[in-house]
Amino acid sequence: MSGNAAALLEVRDIVIRFGGVTAVGGVSFDVGRHQICGLIGPNGAGKTSLFNCISGFYRPSEGQISLEGQKISDLPRHRMMGLGIGRTFQNLALFRSMTVRQNVLAGAHCQGRAGFLAAALRLASSTREAREAEERARALLALLDLEQFAEIPVAGLPFGWQKRVELARALISRPKLLLLDEPAGGLNHGEVDALAELFHDIRRNFELSILLVEHHMNLVMRVSDKVVALNFGKKIADGTPAEVRATPEVISAYLGEQAHAA
Amino acid sequence: MSELSEAPPSLRSATVRPAPGIPPALLWALGAVALLLPLFMAESFTLFQLTTAAIYAIAILGLNIITGYNGQISLGHGAFYAVGAYVGAIMLDKLNLPYWSTLPAAAVICGILGWGIGRPALRLGGLYLALTTFSLAVAVPQILKYRGIEEWTGGVQGVLVTKPDAPFGLPLNPDQYLYVLTVLLALGVFILARNLMASRLGRAIVAIRDHALAAEAMGMNIANIKTATFAISAAITGLAGALSALAVEFVSPDSFQASLSITLFVGMVVGGVASIFGAVFGGLFVVFMPNIAEGLSKSAPGVIYGIILIAFLFLLPGGVAGLLRRLGARLRR
Repeated sequence: MSGNAAALLEVRDIVIRFGGVTAVGGVSFDVGRHQICGLIGPNGAGKTSLFNCISGFYRPSEGQISLEGQKISDLPRHRMMGLGIGRTFQNLALFRSMTVRQNVLAGAHCQGRAGFLAAALRLASSTREAREAEERARALLALLDLEQFAEIPVAGLPFGWQKRVELARALISRPKLLLLDEPAGGLNHGEVDALAELFHDIRRNFELSILLVEHHMNLVMRVSDKVVALNFGKKIADGTPAEVRATPEVISAYLGEQAHAA
Repeated sequence: MSELSEAPPSLRSATVRPAPGIPPALLWALGAVALLLPLFMAESFTLFQLTTAAIYAIAILGLNIITGYNGQISLGHGAFYAVGAYVGAIMLDKLNLPYWSTLPAAAVICGILGWGIGRPALRLGGLYLALTTFSLAVAVPQILKYRGIEEWTGGVQGVLVTKPDAPFGLPLNPDQYLYVLTVLLALGVFILARNLMASRLGRAIVAIRDHALAAEAMGMNIANIKTATFAISAAITGLAGALSALAVEFVSPDSFQASLSITLFVGMVVGGVASIFGAVFGGLFVVFMPNIAEGLSKSAPGVIYGIILIAFLFLLPGGVAGLLRRLGARLRR
């Protein structure tokens, strides 16, 4: 894939410590434009800590993260979406009292400018924005086959569909980088297959990069252009799925452990 | 807080949808007749009670925006009501300003006050916020008695004001005029609130209540939105306070005891948490239910009131607004 010059996301020498424990001990990697990058590793490898750091929910103890050359690792969390980083959550984080459509619209928050007064008085600036957001929401609901659920309270949907709502909510603001935290977690076989296809559709339609943390090896190897493997907070492999799969450290650390578990 | 953030299934749609089969124009006409009827039917005391109910409805709407929609429990909104009332009374009695100017002034001053108090207080959240705001409700009556500002507030004596006369030679006595003014203002505030709650920022207000972390990931600046919501909420309740000064024609520290904040809270829950229209029923409940309770038992109206309240909460878990919503849903099916 594209070299470093075209990298969208640059992760440099990230160290994350919790008290005395070092969860991530100096990890660097890039995610290129329009690239799908899988982040893998056995439990406790530091994937989730790193993921939370990239999404702005943790501050790294050392190192820095930049998006298109702009340092983002010291910005407040609510700035991330505006800069073009959308995310989903491992254990669903939807707005439970809202309908599917309202959830998706909530994702468009940072594209709006109209303030409280404009909203209360329904000034043109506010209604125009609202119309545009509605339009985008409609398109996304169609793309993700969510139209028939649009007016249903999101809490009433099956788990797999709720995950799709999260995806739509993250996509409506047209992010440059989509962070997916275990998108296949809790899904059945058929749903995982559909997901792999969906990721490729999304990349094509939205021209974005995807970074996914995932336990489901089969899915990661199938959809990723590039895979980064972690173990004990260190990077042990970084390359194409085939390369990573062939790395001895990965086999012993990750696949070996799975073999033991099985 | 956590209970509130999960409980109400009530804001499935933030707008009031007319029942199917009834054209909206007819609903509006019926509503207008219902609102104007008391002018011709009611005696002046009943009219005063209805005016008070409409004022409480505005105050409860204000509380509902921060507590119902945003999930930030305030047990101190009576304080903003009191400040609004005093701002109105002082402007009228000490500064001889026209009565209509007191209404926006009270809203703006309470909004600024709400912003200033909300900024630090909203960091607390949950039960701590509830107690902080409650301490506000406890402190305000005593602050109003403070000697240093007696010249303005009238100390324990309070301030007397008079109801405005109807303008443009309208054939209404002051009681009737104030009723009309209050109802029109309430209508305006309710429409503005409904617009706001149906907008991008309204969604953000609710999103923060439902899942703060996800709201932040969607780019919502939680501290700013919470503070602005608190300010708006305080401004609306302050406006209601200024109206109450005109309706009661008197403000004094004893009119704004801490129990007032609880009354507003009761009205919010009975009417419907996170419901715009519910505030109307909340206002009617807190004005008329104590009288009904007293009619049932002269010696223990508090007990009766308590029983009625519990029965309400038991039978109507989503408040009156929740009941109407369920009925509407059944009609549509």
